[in-house]
Amino acid sequence: MAGWLIRRTLFAFATLWAISMLSFVVIQIPPGDYVTSYIAQLQAQGTIFTEHEAQALRDLYGLDQPVILQYFRWLGLMAQGNFGVSFEFNRPVLDVIGDRFLLTIVVSVAALLLTWIVALPIGIYSAVKQYSIGDYAFTFIGFIGLAVPGFLLALVLMYFGFVLFDANVGGLFSPEYAQADWSWDKFWDLMQHMPIPALALGLAGTAFLIRIMRANLLDELRKPYLVTARAKGLTNNRAVLKYPVRVALNPFVSIVPFVLRDIVGGSVIVSIVLSLPTVGPILLKSLIAQDSFLAGTIILLLGVITVVGTLISDILLVILDPRIKFEARGG
Amino acid sequence: MATLAAGKRRPLLRVHNLKTYFFPDEGTVRAVDGASFEVCAGQTLGIVGESGCGKSVTARSILRIVEHPGEIVEGEIRYLHRTDGREVELDLAQVSADGREMRQIRGGEIAMIFQEPMTSFSPVHPIGSQIVEAIRLHSPLGKREARERAADLLRQVGISRAEARLNEYAYQLSGGLRQRAMIAMALSAEPRVLIADEPTTALDVTTQAQILDLLRQLQTDLGMAIILITHNLGVVAEMCDNVVVMYLGRVVEEGSVDAIFHNPKHPYTRLLLQSIPSLYSEARVPLPTISGAIPHPYNRPEGCPFHDRCPQFIPGTCDRHVPELQALDERESDQLVSCFLYHEPTDERA
Ligand SMILES: Nc1ncnc2c1ncn2[C@@H]1O[C@H](COP(=O)(O)OP(=O)(O)O)[C@@H](O)[C@H]1O
Ligand SMILES: [Mg+2]
Repeated sequence: MAGWLIRRTLFAFATLWAISMLSFVVIQIPPGDYVTSYIAQLQAQGTIFTEHEAQALRDLYGLDQPVILQYFRWLGLMAQGNFGVSFEFNRPVLDVIGDRFLLTIVVSVAALLLTWIVALPIGIYSAVKQYSIGDYAFTFIGFIGLAVPGFLLALVLMYFGFVLFDANVGGLFSPEYAQADWSWDKFWDLMQHMPIPALALGLAGTAFLIRIMRANLLDELRKPYLVTARAKGLTNNRAVLKYPVRVALNPFVSIVPFVLRDIVGGSVIVSIVLSLPTVGPILLKSLIAQDSFLAGTIILLLGVITVVGTLISDILLVILDPRIKFEARGG
Repeated sequence: MATLAAGKRRPLLRVHNLKTYFFPDEGTVRAVDGASFEVCAGQTLGIVGESGCGKSVTARSILRIVEHPGEIVEGEIRYLHRTDGREVELDLAQVSADGREMRQIRGGEIAMIFQEPMTSFSPVHPIGSQIVEAIRLHSPLGKREARERAADLLRQVGISRAEARLNEYAYQLSGGLRQRAMIAMALSAEPRVLIADEPTTALDVTTQAQILDLLRQLQTDLGMAIILITHNLGVVAEMCDNVVVMYLGRVVEEGSVDAIFHNPKHPYTRLLLQSIPSLYSEARVPLPTISGAIPHPYNRPEGCPFHDRCPQFIPGTCDRHVPELQALDERESDQLVSCFLYHEPTDERA
């Protein structure tokens, strides 16, 4: 079990490492080295830059050295908390990202939780009441959810939020809290802004998870252990909830990383539509402006979210399913 | 209608003309179509018949756990329910399936064990927690006492290291141990009737013999009635006092083990017996098989359900009238048979 956990963690790190190489490639793609573009940009803004300063920067990133060494130097700098500089914003990357990374996590987790909380009961209902009117209705809504892209849904939700509720749509904060320090009031304000992004990001995943839960539970409802549970004297409802639903949770949990990946990916575009202060909008900007370090860092951070999410769901799965524990111990 | 007189004792459970149908979109499946039998305390009743003849559905009907789209459409399941120290006759076919009474009886007074002990336990709950749950459903025991009782039960069915086993999962036990654990769980509320649905079919021969020994031992100790469902006539010969032979949801013959094995009346029973090796057949002679296939459940033959495979088919009678289960003759009320070789058609239809 401990060995299994260590293997999974090592695997997570390996994945992160692969993502970091990808991010580095993004940084390397623009022609010329970044110091050249940086200087060009600063000079365009009227800043005077000495050759001496330029050389210091080149040395810092080892730009005169082979690419592979540059990569490791970049990793080393990140390990020290130095993520490089954004040309576009003319500030350290970490400053530019600021709260945005945290808010990206908050929005993704909110969407994921919504997905779960909605999909679980509906999936159970659809399986237990297979072919009922409710089942058909949810299936229909689910197909729409799968077919409509998140950004379109975001637009529609924004429209209805505005027309029906006169809601303060777009963004994650009311203007008075946007620049304020964190407080409970600001947190509460954030929560009030959460439904639209969470829905826009979560609907496709919800529809997907409902299908998964329904199919799994239908399988489990046919298993003899349900008959055993009922034969003991449990009511049908309790027997279903305690056994087949519990067993069907395992695939439901194991599918979460895929949903999370889609949510994180989808959040980039949805964030732009809803002008959320997450990393999405600046990722787009940085890619257009070839703002290498900013783009590379954001891609890496998004990778971290999905990898960590996957690891968490793996661990949860071991807790849920003793069979995995057993296999893990055995092999 | 005559029923089997089992000595002077009052039967614990009497099933009469039970009909359980399934109503899927494709049509009606008459899984059990007029089954009658009874069983007394301390006795073992065997239910035999080819796969698909409705044995399991009969068992699930008695426990009232027939799944959708199945339904008991007719018949009685008379059971002597023990409540407040008295015995009350209750028709289980009429009580609410999820009501308090039925839940007391289910698992409490009538318990069941299944063919596949592996899949009959939840794969993600320890054996112990599943047994403890069964115990606590039918007794006021606290968690700790229930656990101690669960360990006692495991010991009673011959499982060593009982405390440690409680924490194990079904897949960690061997087939034989799993079935023992399943029996322990069924015994947790000291049931008066134990329904064993093909309890040894999934086990190897040695383990099979051990499990049957255990069931016999437990019956001697606890005095419960056992309904043993099987398609293995060898098991019946070894275990049962009385036998019910089912074909397509109906009981075609019923009697003591002696009568059924030595004096079978129904052509179907005879064919079944001939298909057992060693008992009636000579070495190296191919076993006779019953000609034809079991009819599709959606279109059963008119008249006697067996007539299209029957070697003694009487044209004009068997394909037009439905035979009823009746005593062979007035004096020999021990053996009942449902066949026009022994009775004239009594129904109005022609
Ligand atoms: N859930 C169900 N839906 C439809 N038909 C069923 C269902 N369960 C059992 N049956 C039918 O009932 C008949 C009897 O089944 P069963 O009692 O399991 O036979 P067996 O004697 O092998 O235990 C079979 O024809 C089977 O197809
Ligand atoms: Mg069966």
